[in-house]
Amino acid sequence: MDFLIMNSMDFSILSTVMFLPLAGALVLLFIPGDTAAKNWALLVTIVTALVSLPLYWNFDITTAQFQFGEHISWIPSLNINYTLGIDGITLLLILMTTLLMPLCVLGSWRYIEKRVREFMICLLIMETSMLGVFMALDFVLFYILWEAMLIPMYLLIGVWGGPRKIYASIKFFLYTLAGSVMLLVAIIALYLKTGSFSIPAMMGQEYSSNFQIWVFLAFFLAFAIKVPMFPFHTWLPAAHVEAPTAGSVILASVLLKMGTYGFLRFCLPITPEATLTFVPYILWLSVAGILYGGFTALAQQDMKKLIAYSSVGHMGFVTLGIFVLNTQGVEGAILQMINHGVTTGALFLCVGMIYERTHSRELSKAAGLGTYMPIYVTFLAFFSLSSLAFPGTNSFVGEFLILAGGFADYKVIAACAIPGAILAAAYMFRMLQRMVWGGTQNPDQSKMVDLNMREIVILAPLLFFVFWIGLSPAPFMDVMHASVSHLLSQVGVVSGDGLSVAQLMIP
Amino acid sequence: MDTIVSVKPLLAVMTALAGSILVMMSGRKPNIRESWSFIAAVTMFSIIASMIPTILSGKTLVYQLFKILPGLTVTFRVDAFSMIFAVVASFLWILAVFYSAGYMRGLHEHAQTRFNTCFALSLFGAIGVAFSDNLFTMYLFYEIVSVCTYPLVAHHQDEEGYQGAKKYIVYLTTTAKGMLLPAMILIYVLTGTLDFANNINTGIFTQATVDANSILVPVLYVFCIFGFAKNGIMPFHNWLPGAMVAPTPVSALLHAVAVVKVGVFCTTRVMLYVFGVDLMSALNLGVPTAYFVSFTILMASVIALSKDNLKARLAYSTISQLSYIILGVALLTPSGIEGGLVHIANHAFSKITLFFCAGAIYVASHKKTISEMSGLGRTMPFTFAAFGIASLSMIGAPPVAGFVTKWKLLVGAMEMPSHSIGILLVLLASTLLNVGYFAPITFKAFFGKRPAGEAYAGIKEAPLTMVVPIMIAALISVIIGIYPDFMMNFVKAVTG
Repeated sequence: MDFLIMNSMDFSILSTVMFLPLAGALVLLFIPGDTAAKNWALLVTIVTALVSLPLYWNFDITTAQFQFGEHISWIPSLNINYTLGIDGITLLLILMTTLLMPLCVLGSWRYIEKRVREFMICLLIMETSMLGVFMALDFVLFYILWEAMLIPMYLLIGVWGGPRKIYASIKFFLYTLAGSVMLLVAIIALYLKTGSFSIPAMMGQEYSSNFQIWVFLAFFLAFAIKVPMFPFHTWLPAAHVEAPTAGSVILASVLLKMGTYGFLRFCLPITPEATLTFVPYILWLSVAGILYGGFTALAQQDMKKLIAYSSVGHMGFVTLGIFVLNTQGVEGAILQMINHGVTTGALFLCVGMIYERTHSRELSKAAGLGTYMPIYVTFLAFFSLSSLAFPGTNSFVGEFLILAGGFADYKVIAACAIPGAILAAAYMFRMLQRMVWGGTQNPDQSKMVDLNMREIVILAPLLFFVFWIGLSPAPFMDVMHASVSHLLSQVGVVSGDGLSVAQLMIP
Repeated sequence: MDTIVSVKPLLAVMTALAGSILVMMSGRKPNIRESWSFIAAVTMFSIIASMIPTILSGKTLVYQLFKILPGLTVTFRVDAFSMIFAVVASFLWILAVFYSAGYMRGLHEHAQTRFNTCFALSLFGAIGVAFSDNLFTMYLFYEIVSVCTYPLVAHHQDEEGYQGAKKYIVYLTTTAKGMLLPAMILIYVLTGTLDFANNINTGIFTQATVDANSILVPVLYVFCIFGFAKNGIMPFHNWLPGAMVAPTPVSALLHAVAVVKVGVFCTTRVMLYVFGVDLMSALNLGVPTAYFVSFTILMASVIALSKDNLKARLAYSTISQLSYIILGVALLTPSGIEGGLVHIANHAFSKITLFFCAGAIYVASHKKTISEMSGLGRTMPFTFAAFGIASLSMIGAPPVAGFVTKWKLLVGAMEMPSHSIGILLVLLASTLLNVGYFAPITFKAFFGKRPAGEAYAGIKEAPLTMVVPIMIAALISVIIGIYPDFMMNFVKAVTG
């Protein structure tokens, strides 16, 4: 267990954070009444968020080892253990998840009108499995939680979704399941080689090149679908459009990060040689995703689809940052994962607020809101600016780091991603212009009421993070330095200004 | 070079932001709202003016606000170079507050609160650009200016307004994101910093970096020149005529002073403080730049000749005059740089006068085209007298401000080791063109025949809130022509 620093706090903080929502969901079974269910879910998510905060204060930024470790033997005959631990890559993702969940509950306050209790149970189970995925250091535990995420998400879309919810939920389920099967194959293959399901133990082994390539491809398919990378993205717009607001927020902010987290946790350290082999292809796929997402977003009339396709573009930047394999790129990618969670989550919440009022996601029906909903459009404007990486907002820092990492080693590829930045400005300004100003013939919006206190409370914390990360990202960057440099050394790339992959790979 | 840590630059920038918030909150009471604009403008100018003695004594004020990454900070710096722009923009804001109150109320414009809020926010961006200490801070405020001026351009919310505003934002953000952003990131990757150098000669590139990237560095230079499309260099100039759909105070302060000057200020700041005179000479970037912008100078003048709409003619005149500033700096000779930089101030005072006049004419008579204005000068003598004075400045005739520029540019051209004749010819030709498109306006207004059937009944001079700022701006154009030292002191401090 040399990779794990055991938990030294008074209680098992990771297990507590992870299982609090599940316990809350079980209690919820016995709570009658919609309002009580909502209040209880809100309470549980807030308590979970508060309990997770000490993770940040007690996190040791000087080490790359997994911290707050918990290790219990589970199925000894197969060497399966219940192992939890977090490092600089997962810390922020966990905190983002716990902090977003109360907002998701609040965002569903009025949106969900039927089966409220069941909806809240799904949200809470979802939270437990998402947190578990980020914490698990045993592959079987990881896989169980990974699969467990699918069911509540399937229900969220399939039960509380829009008109084409069945189509969307089945498409989502099939795509992700297809990827998961490949993941399972890879896990078993690795187990047969190492005799252990411990994820850290699988890193740094001398696998043959051929084996690495097959394992990498299996991983890649699973995670690329989840990200989603072009051309595996087609489930995403359908799922986003049909999902209820909270579903879209969870999907965009947390679930998509599972894919990129998978790249960072599994592909890079377990199969470094194969990673180096595939780097150019993945970089070009990322660029394709950035451009494709941008162009498609530009053409959308449906606000949710627009943001869904913008996610394809943004996640393209994240994968670009990961696979340039230098410090700036990877740190930028991790930061951008958080940024995308904050900003895109906020945008989906914004669209949900309009949907609650008009029951339409059509951009043309939301034209010219500026005069009647000044507070709303102010929030929307800031989140849109953040989404297009306006300087001073969170996404700018992430995009800057990713592109700086890109330009350092792959000038041509980074240059090809620049039109994606222009497109982001184009589709976001287009949406913003339509919603705030519209044209000369706007629909009558005079019945629209501006945001109430609950809605302001939902958006304000996200706006706070937009500017905090945008202007002073050091508290967020500091926690990842050690883990990122350790990760890059595992891939065999000297971090910083040493020899880079690019010089080895491409003339 | 002495640097003093001082909060004053931050205060100056924040004054405009605070002003915009106060304006927004007092939207229901127009008099109080306009007072906030006025108070913000005066406070900002006072803070900036209070820094003048320190700057003229050779010191630099800096204030670091945020540290984002190593070498990437939000930092303010006030030196002689930033003062040239900041003094002019903040002073003219005071005039513009009065003028726009008269204009907007005179025409009973809608959404005046939004208008005034965005106006103050644009000044927030402009002064932020003037006081930025590094490329990132500059980019941040440059983009703030782009976004905050959109509502001003689209103000009328009609088809024409939306079209103009769309063109505006597309041109400005595409160039900024497509060229400036990659250039900035690459400069960061190559040098590890985005801070400006402390003098105009050295730049921030080391010799080793330049040697290793002999193609990339000139490419970055080109990206920086075009990336700041607010400078109006052709072929990325088309947003400016499109933006003329905005109310005239916007055209006056923003599209003659704040926005376009932000463009040239950024361009020249990057030329001198990122690349530096030494590197530009070594890579031979000056002369091609000079010839390239010469094309804009001449072409824009030719187009201006063909425009009958007064604001359109002024817009093309602005495009032409902006390139003088870049031309001067691109000559890379001390007099050339001085001539270019002092034109930031000279052009500002004169061009704002011209736009103010155009707005006053519109408020008083609802006339937009030059051909309709024949004989109007006899009805509106003060306005057209100011127009005449400012035109002389544009032409470069003594004793008005523009003469100082022309003189310095001519000297600068003659100091060049080669290509003097070419630049001199450009300056000569453009002066003649300036006469060609400005002189007839004033002449016809005073001496032309009134159009048949037009009695100008009921038309009288524009309200005092408009005429007084016009006269002040025109007067200053003359004063800084006769006593150019006030602005020249800053410029001389830049060239050392």
